[in-house]
Amino acid sequence: MSAWRLAEPFGTLIDRSQPISFLFNGRSLTGLGGDTLASALLVNGVRLVGRSFKLHRPRGIFSCGIEEPTGIVDLLDGVRRTPNVRSTVVEISPGLAAESVNCWPSVRFDLGALNGWFAPLLPAGFYYKTFKWPNWHLFEPTVRRMAGLGRASLTTDQDRYEEVSTQVDLLVVGGGIAGLAAAIASAEAGARTTLLCAGAAPGGGLGAQGDPAVAEMIAKAGRAGVTVMPRTLAFGVYDHNLVCASEQLAGATRGPGVLRERLWKIRARSIIAAQGAFERPMIFPGNDRPGVMLSGAVQRYADAYGVACGRRIVIAANCDSAYRVAQRLRTAGIEVLAVLDRRPASHIGTHAEGVRTLASSGIGKVLGASSVKGCLTVAAEGPSVRSERLDCDLILSAGGHAPAVHLHSQAGGKLRWEAEASMFVPDGPAPGLYSVGACAGVFSRQAALEHAADVGRSLALGFTVPPAPVGGAGRSLASTRIAGVRGKAFIDLQNDVAATDIGLAALENYRSIEHLKRYTTTGMATDQGKTSNVNALVLMGELTQREPAQVGTTKFRPPFAPMTLGTLVGRRVGSLYRPLKHLPAVQWHAAHGALFEHFGNWSRPAAYPLAGESLNEAAQREARCVRQSVGLFDGSPLGKLEIWGPDAAQFLDLMYVGTMSTLRVGQARYGLVLNANGVVVDDGIVARLGEGHFWVNTTSAGVERTAAAFEEWLQCEFTNLKVFVTAVTARFANLTVSGPRAWEALAAIGFDAAFSPQNMTHMSLREGAFGAIPLRVLRASFTGELSYEINLPVDESGGLLEMLMAAIAPLGGCLYGIEALEILRTEKGYIHVGTDTDGTTLPGDIGFGRAIDGKRANFVGRRSLLRPAARDPQRLQLVALSPADGRTLLPCGAQIAALNPPTATEGHVTSSYWSPSLDAPVALAMLARGGERQGEHVGVHHLGRRIDAVVVKAPFIDPQGERLNG
Amino acid sequence: MRNHYSAWSLLRGALTGHRHWSPAWPEAKPKPAYDVIVVGGGGHGLATAYYLAKNHRITNVAVLERGWIGGGNTGRNTTIVRSNYLYPESSRLYDFSLKLYEGLSAELNFNIMLSQRGLVLLAHSRHDLDAMSRWANAMRMNGIDADLLSREEVASLVPGLDMSPGARVPVLGGFTQRRAGTARHDAVAWGYARAASQLGVDIIQNCEVTGFTQQAGHVVGVETNLGSIRAGRVGIAAAGHSSVLAGLAGFRLPVTSYGLQALVSEPLKPLLDTVVLSPGTGAYLSQSDKGELVIGAMLDLFPSYAQRGSFAITQSILAGVLALFPAYARLKMLRQWAGIVDVVHDSSPIIGRTPVPGLYINCGWGTGGFKGIPVGGWTLAHALATGENHPLAEPFQLERFQTGRLVDEAAASGIAH
Amino acid sequence: MMRIPCIVCGLRDENEFTCGGTSHLVRPAIDASDRDWAEYLFFRDNPKGLHHERWRHTQGCGQWFNLVRHTLTHEILTVYAMTESPPR
Ligand SMILES: Cc1cc2nc3c(=O)[nH]c(=O)nc-3n(C[C@H](O)[C@H](O)[C@H](O)COP(=O)(O)OP(=O)(O)OC[C@H]3O[C@@H](n4cnc5c(N)ncnc54)[C@H](O)[C@@H]3O)c2cc1C
Ligand SMILES: [Zn+2]
Repeated sequence: MSAWRLAEPFGTLIDRSQPISFLFNGRSLTGLGGDTLASALLVNGVRLVGRSFKLHRPRGIFSCGIEEPTGIVDLLDGVRRTPNVRSTVVEISPGLAAESVNCWPSVRFDLGALNGWFAPLLPAGFYYKTFKWPNWHLFEPTVRRMAGLGRASLTTDQDRYEEVSTQVDLLVVGGGIAGLAAAIASAEAGARTTLLCAGAAPGGGLGAQGDPAVAEMIAKAGRAGVTVMPRTLAFGVYDHNLVCASEQLAGATRGPGVLRERLWKIRARSIIAAQGAFERPMIFPGNDRPGVMLSGAVQRYADAYGVACGRRIVIAANCDSAYRVAQRLRTAGIEVLAVLDRRPASHIGTHAEGVRTLASSGIGKVLGASSVKGCLTVAAEGPSVRSERLDCDLILSAGGHAPAVHLHSQAGGKLRWEAEASMFVPDGPAPGLYSVGACAGVFSRQAALEHAADVGRSLALGFTVPPAPVGGAGRSLASTRIAGVRGKAFIDLQNDVAATDIGLAALENYRSIEHLKRYTTTGMATDQGKTSNVNALVLMGELTQREPAQVGTTKFRPPFAPMTLGTLVGRRVGSLYRPLKHLPAVQWHAAHGALFEHFGNWSRPAAYPLAGESLNEAAQREARCVRQSVGLFDGSPLGKLEIWGPDAAQFLDLMYVGTMSTLRVGQARYGLVLNANGVVVDDGIVARLGEGHFWVNTTSAGVERTAAAFEEWLQCEFTNLKVFVTAVTARFANLTVSGPRAWEALAAIGFDAAFSPQNMTHMSLREGAFGAIPLRVLRASFTGELSYEINLPVDESGGLLEMLMAAIAPLGGCLYGIEALEILRTEKGYIHVGTDTDGTTLPGDIGFGRAIDGKRANFVGRRSLLRPAARDPQRLQLVALSPADGRTLLPCGAQIAALNPPTATEGHVTSSYWSPSLDAPVALAMLARGGERQGEHVGVHHLGRRIDAVVVKAPFIDPQGERLNG
Repeated sequence: MRNHYSAWSLLRGALTGHRHWSPAWPEAKPKPAYDVIVVGGGGHGLATAYYLAKNHRITNVAVLERGWIGGGNTGRNTTIVRSNYLYPESSRLYDFSLKLYEGLSAELNFNIMLSQRGLVLLAHSRHDLDAMSRWANAMRMNGIDADLLSREEVASLVPGLDMSPGARVPVLGGFTQRRAGTARHDAVAWGYARAASQLGVDIIQNCEVTGFTQQAGHVVGVETNLGSIRAGRVGIAAAGHSSVLAGLAGFRLPVTSYGLQALVSEPLKPLLDTVVLSPGTGAYLSQSDKGELVIGAMLDLFPSYAQRGSFAITQSILAGVLALFPAYARLKMLRQWAGIVDVVHDSSPIIGRTPVPGLYINCGWGTGGFKGIPVGGWTLAHALATGENHPLAEPFQLERFQTGRLVDEAAASGIAH
Repeated sequence: MMRIPCIVCGLRDENEFTCGGTSHLVRPAIDASDRDWAEYLFFRDNPKGLHHERWRHTQGCGQWFNLVRHTLTHEILTVYAMTESPPR
């Protein structure tokens, strides 16, 4: 074991007094409070953590942050399982258990590693060239099993997530020194400033080193009033300066119902991006071996966690920062064998005391299979220098830096290639977003501090924001590959994209950076290219004689790091996902045996089954009861609007196919609502309450749409009309008493004689009261029986239900639900908009052609009914259907075709029920030329079966409509 | 001569270091004139060029692509292919397309990874069940496979669905088209490009059409950032940018451009073997061969050319997904993006002549034109080659907006296509 | 997610609003030709750039109003009442 825990001052983030044990692949290991899973694994000498995506090569921990491409595990916690967790960002906690991904039976002996033997057969995009015969789908299961990383669980997640929206003047993303400096300056200038930092505390890399200046800045930020949000990662910038971030909560707590993560939606006047830079790996053969790590990460493990990742190290470098790492690690007692610098001596801007430096050189080969045992050096240019063997146990990769321009790009900012340091930097600010520090390409500490403070202050005070003094990183070569060196060098460590794959893509003309990505899968791993993109595009440029700037980058998309779906959704889960609406007297119905089902956004009684009764049996009984005596229905979801104003009548004439202006006060009329395209979108009853006051019933499902359409016409088109539309669905309950003995029931409990059928005709509305309860009683009927639709204040509905129930019970009446209502209205041939009609149905198709011809005024949709298609004789028309044998139920949705000669489909069954009153099936259908086909025998086709049926005349019951009058 | 793709050629590559491969399609510079120019190097444009060469032997053809081929919606979609349409007109069109897809890997000598793993539509209410019955029966009458599924059958095909009694979005059953599935979107673009260029078509990337040259009211060429190019006929296949191009040619389309989002999760071991569509929540998802859950969303309902997508929609679609699959809450979203889709009122395509002689168009596929790529290319090629509408495309002309003969699948079936 | 300036309530998040599409369409009379009627119903400029469109603060005050918005950047330039003519 080559790793160990360093003494203080190393280990600024750990609590040495708090040992924590956890499980890795079933083995119990111990770390310290503050350790990440990665640092704890490293200190325990675990090198092999998982397997790569395609070739199942051994993979270890590579970085120390969200960019981690290879140290990926599944986290387990009872039934809870979180796949694909970057070990570098989870803090360990007692009982935490982690499992390697993408390996079977174990990470050491992984059968998938056989793929490695076939690697030459599996270059980039190999699957496009083979597996074609006989059919890809045959090969697919095998490929799919090999692919994928972690395993998901199918047990419901018990954790909770929540969401908070907030507004700030200035939002600083990133808690390093640049971010702190910006936040302090902004807050001191009086702006409400919030600072997000992904880690447990701000301070960044220097903070982890215990730099006292950083501690002072943190204190100063507190004094200045900066709101610091730790463990909060900004993952997306959206339109108009919305930043979305996730806050990790309950790191150590487990168990059902724990608040796990919080989503922040932060609207900022201005945003400062200060997320620093990612280190760019070097390209050399074997650069994917566990034990090759990013140099900054190795330093960070030492500084923050006191973990020495190795004893004897070699650094493959292309930048000056490598020397600072070397220096620092030496003070920790780690032996630095050499810095193999890819750059010529002239480019090297610094050196590390006592460290051997080989300019223009690199690694020719890494020794060791699943961990590093040493390496062979190679000279990059000039007379061939002899290769040397260095017996190291850890190789540091220091290829330079890539500013984290993600948020800048998401916000619409442009990039430019900075040739000296070989990096893409923001080309000026993005709309509303300004970058500071390393993520702006500013690498000198002093310059970064000054610039960041300047930006913070300027934004707070509304001054012009100074441009970023890009520089300070020294010189780096774009390409770190050494020509002529053999062996597999990797670009994307997770997806096994090797330099040769980029070469193949160049050869085959997948040269656009987006083609390159898609063809080779480079940058498509879970780090989304944070460790691979720059190397890939530089190499592609090199191979196709283009500058990196010409090759360009792929689009930076949210999220900046993978985001838990639970967090994104917050509390919109379970019953809070599109919350259902309930009847005002929902408990009363439940107590009376209602079987609730979802109808649109409403939960409503489908029926009230008695013990042992099925839904269907209950509905049959209820429907029969309504025809024979009386039923009680809660129709509260029925859409209700009040239309007010001197022009209300004229307005309703425009909105409905029916003419409403001729209604007398107290009279009601049925109407259809069309859209501009002439399609029937709603129906209902309009009643006149006063000269300029109407009561409008819409369908339950359509009320919001209809109210919105009325408003839109009023506010946007008929702006001269003086009309108000008030949606009152939620204010009025609607209880319907229907059946031949309906009035008898009402009279029995003392309803005013004014409501009697003698005093109140069908299609009229009367206002009155029952005791102290004000009522609007409408005589209209969807059942075909004498019906009273009683509208009353919602709070009174439970009480009235109780009384009505008492009234109907002695008459043998019962409650009825939606199912029975559907049976009853189908028997009567009444349509249900959205069931018998669809988004293509015109009024003429359902028998309203005459009504239109007779209407003078224009109305919405009318012009569309004059188009050729509307007058096509082949249109589908509403008909009634009976099975030829009188017994077989015609399945809803069955297709109808002529028998003689047989045709393709000519229509379909829209509503179909067994009629308890007729003891026979009844059905409605839409049929081409249906109006003229009465008596015709047709074939009704359902899933390969044909049932013969006859087109009959609707309604099935009470053709004269006598029952409506009681 | 371009390489033939096979296991053998791969083996040869393995032995020789894969140095023998030739460009899938060579980089081309525009010639001064072509018989036909196709504007837009998405799937439809590339397929058009291929079928011009293959079916009509017109090979003096250029595809002009503003960016990189397949970089529009073709490379951004959720890759679902199916032909479950209600109306005979649509059925014919989409099933022709699916049948072409079924033979496409062999025909193009490029594995487009057609995976006919089946599609399951979820019914969340009895009303949905009836609607799906209509749908499945209509398909069967049109000769297309469809089956209704019981609740239990759905549960076994789609593990992880919330089947508990209190589920906010109950699943009552569903319906399936077993021949439906997914295909690899990039491969479709590249496969057509490679095959077309093998037949002599020039594929010109980074070439943006900025205007149309007209003579006596006829289109006789295009203006581009690489200069003017003459052409006998010009076809537009620019999806979300169709209106912009129509504007350059002086006419308007019944099209509005909207952003349509999609997102993927991190790669996971096999979890979901079919394509699942829930019209009730607007969510649809499948698992890619790489293991990522590919999740589609509803439109960002305001006109947009920004390929980003609103966070509010991301949230609401994911809420739908979690309502169906509560266990997915611990999975992570890896990447989210949007494409600009060309939405017409009836969600059916427009393939044929434009008001400007010499100029033809293929657009209006909106949220569902990936599955239509083969037939879109086939029929636009026919129009460009013959000047006549292909019979399959006859119902899908611009005139239908005047006559009112819309082919309104969405309105009839209640889901966006 | 955009922030939309409701003409009554001020800045609110996009998901409180409904977009009603292109504004200032002139509704032809009933005797218009099929062609003019189709133009009104379906044909749009659909510009990549500034667009005059109407929005409703549906989850708020319910007011419809006009916006000038850039369809590529989503930048909102002006808000004005339904009955006003487009700003110059
Ligand atoms: C998120 C999302 C999910 C989808 N899911 C599905 C699905 O599951 N199933 C399905 O069937 N369909 C789906 N679709 C729809 C499908 O992607 C499209 O209908 C289809 O890809 C359109 O192909 P196309 O070739 O017409 O357009 P595109 O692929 O967009 O190609 C048009 C090309 O034209 C180019 N262009 C534009 N203007 C110019 C110019 N002036 N000069 C030159 N070139 C120009 C563009 O750069 C672009 O490359 C989805 C779409 C999206 C956005
Ligand atoms: Zn408002």
